Amino acid sequence: MRTAHPTRPRRTSADGKPLLSLEDVQVSYGGIKALRGVSLEVRSGEIVAMIGANGAGKTTTLKTVMRLLPLSHGTITYAGEMVSGLGPEELVSRGVSLVPEGRAIFPNLTVRENLEVGAYLHKDAKTMRETIEDVTALFPRLGERMKQEGGTLSGGEQQMLAIGRAMMARPELLLLDEPSLGIAPKLVQQIFAAIRRIAEAGVTILLVEQNTRLALQVSHRAYVLRTGEIALSGSSAELAANQEVQAAYLGG
Amino acid sequence: MKLLEALMTGLTQGAMVALVALGYTMVYGVLKLINFAHSEVFMMGAYIGLFAILGLGGAGNPVIAGVAGTVIAMIGSSLIGITVERVAYRPLRGRGKGALTRITPLVTALGVSVLLQNLAQLLFSARFRPYPQLFTGTLHLPVVGGLSTSRAFILVASIVIMVGLELLVQRTWFGKAMRALSTNEEAARLMGIRTSRVIAMTFALGSSLAAIGAVLFCLDQSQAYPTMGVVIGTRAFVAAVLGGIGNIKGAMLGGLLIGVLGEMVKLTDYSGGVDVLVFVVLIVVLLLRPAGLLGTSRVEKV
Ligand SMILES: Nc1ncnc2c1ncn2[C@@H]1O[C@H](COP(=O)(O)OP(=O)(O)OP(=O)(O)O)[C@@H](O)[C@H]1O
Ligand SMILES: [Mg+2]
Repeated sequence: MRTAHPTRPRRTSADGKPLLSLEDVQVSYGGIKALRGVSLEVRSGEIVAMIGANGAGKTTTLKTVMRLLPLSHGTITYAGEMVSGLGPEELVSRGVSLVPEGRAIFPNLTVRENLEVGAYLHKDAKTMRETIEDVTALFPRLGERMKQEGGTLSGGEQQMLAIGRAMMARPELLLLDEPSLGIAPKLVQQIFAAIRRIAEAGVTILLVEQNTRLALQVSHRAYVLRTGEIALSGSSAELAANQEVQAAYLGG
Repeated sequence: MKLLEALMTGLTQGAMVALVALGYTMVYGVLKLINFAHSEVFMMGAYIGLFAILGLGGAGNPVIAGVAGTVIAMIGSSLIGITVERVAYRPLRGRGKGALTRITPLVTALGVSVLLQNLAQLLFSARFRPYPQLFTGTLHLPVVGGLSTSRAFILVASIVIMVGLELLVQRTWFGKAMRALSTNEEAARLMGIRTSRVIAMTFALGSSLAAIGAVLFCLDQSQAYPTMGVVIGTRAFVAAVLGGIGNIKGAMLGGLLIGVLGEMVKLTDYSGGVDVLVFVVLIVVLLLRPAGLLGTSRVEKV
């Protein structure tokens, strides 16, 4: 699949610097602190997983990276530039896309229109046609349902559409929030196979997942988030062998 | 024949109502807010159109005065609409808690509406001002019979505009952005859509349609007055709700239905009761279909 952006320069993955880094990021809803100082980084070409219990702050972290939520403290740096003060449009145009929790596809737009809207920032017809080809190669089911309204798709198909729609922006960093949520096991396999292919094509991935086993299988490194703080981090293999992680998140 | 004539008149009236109803429904779509000031934007459009048409030569120069006057009214109304959004609604967005997030802008909208109406009384005085007659004569059509040239023009122009709008909404990037924003604001922002810009453009578009509706209405009724927004605004708002607020085709359908219904009532002995009947129909429809004729209350799959 083609992932190079038509206008954005391609970054070399070997420059050693992190693509995304969060430093002591704090976020509150009203008076309640959801993130109490999160620091993490994602390097080009990596698949990084973030795991943690319900309410740990995983979604809040991704939304904050995307600049949908204001941060009360800390900084976010993307590709060496501070992005804490920008809006989501600016993040999308710099190459970050989020597949939100619960998918949030546009139910009254057709599958094709959902994909088109995903390419909103570069409306070049040729690029769009090629990217739609790539996305339908990744998810043949979407290709068969282009004229159907998004809301009539099954849950798993909607997740495919949400990922496909995010890929339409040709992101450099893809943020995924619980892509397996509420989806039949067979489709989860397909979706994770697609995530692997996206990564192989050169897209960096930050993956939030409740399914810890799967998340640690697919990722290189992982962070464990607990009540708004990073409790553990390390290579995914290490974490999978960690007794604390096994007891708390792997059910054994 | 009387019935057919009433039908044509009703469609004409309804088409104008629909043009105004579209503004309510589009703004509701993107902001989930009833823009009560919309009726006053319509009224302001009528005055701007009046002065522009007179300034350009009025009935002595009907084509240029009509077209350029309407364009000026559209620009003027758009500026008023954008200003209202900027000054009265945008500062409130994302503020407040719970039920207040919806009630505060609603009260503000009512306030802006009263303000604009008073402003119009001050600027233009309360008197009725005659509108120049740009069309004369009557067309004799087969089947339908007599139809005044101005009504025929109003009907054709409104239909062309509505078809154009539908194409705009379905085919263009702005239309897709507006539809995306209407269903899920956060997801729209995740696509890179600059929502403030789309909202401002929606106000501009809705206000322009109201201005066209206003000029056409005045050409039909031959006068402009400061409270004209209340009468037509109410009907247009009912039309939008009847069709399903937030639904563009619904606003068109609702407008046409209300227009035709009104003329049909005038054929009976109860001609004074048009507005009463309009509300009765609204209540009955909402009891049967709470989301309006074409509205859907969609349940998202989990
Ligand atoms: N809009 C909101 N208003 C108030 N509190 C919120 C809001 N969204 C999240 N929170 C709170 O912030 C904390 C973190 O929530 P978040 O959604 O980030 O958790 P999560 O790790 O994604 O959980 P899950 O696995 O259930 O998706 C929780 O305590 C939650 O109740
Ligand atoms: Mg979450």
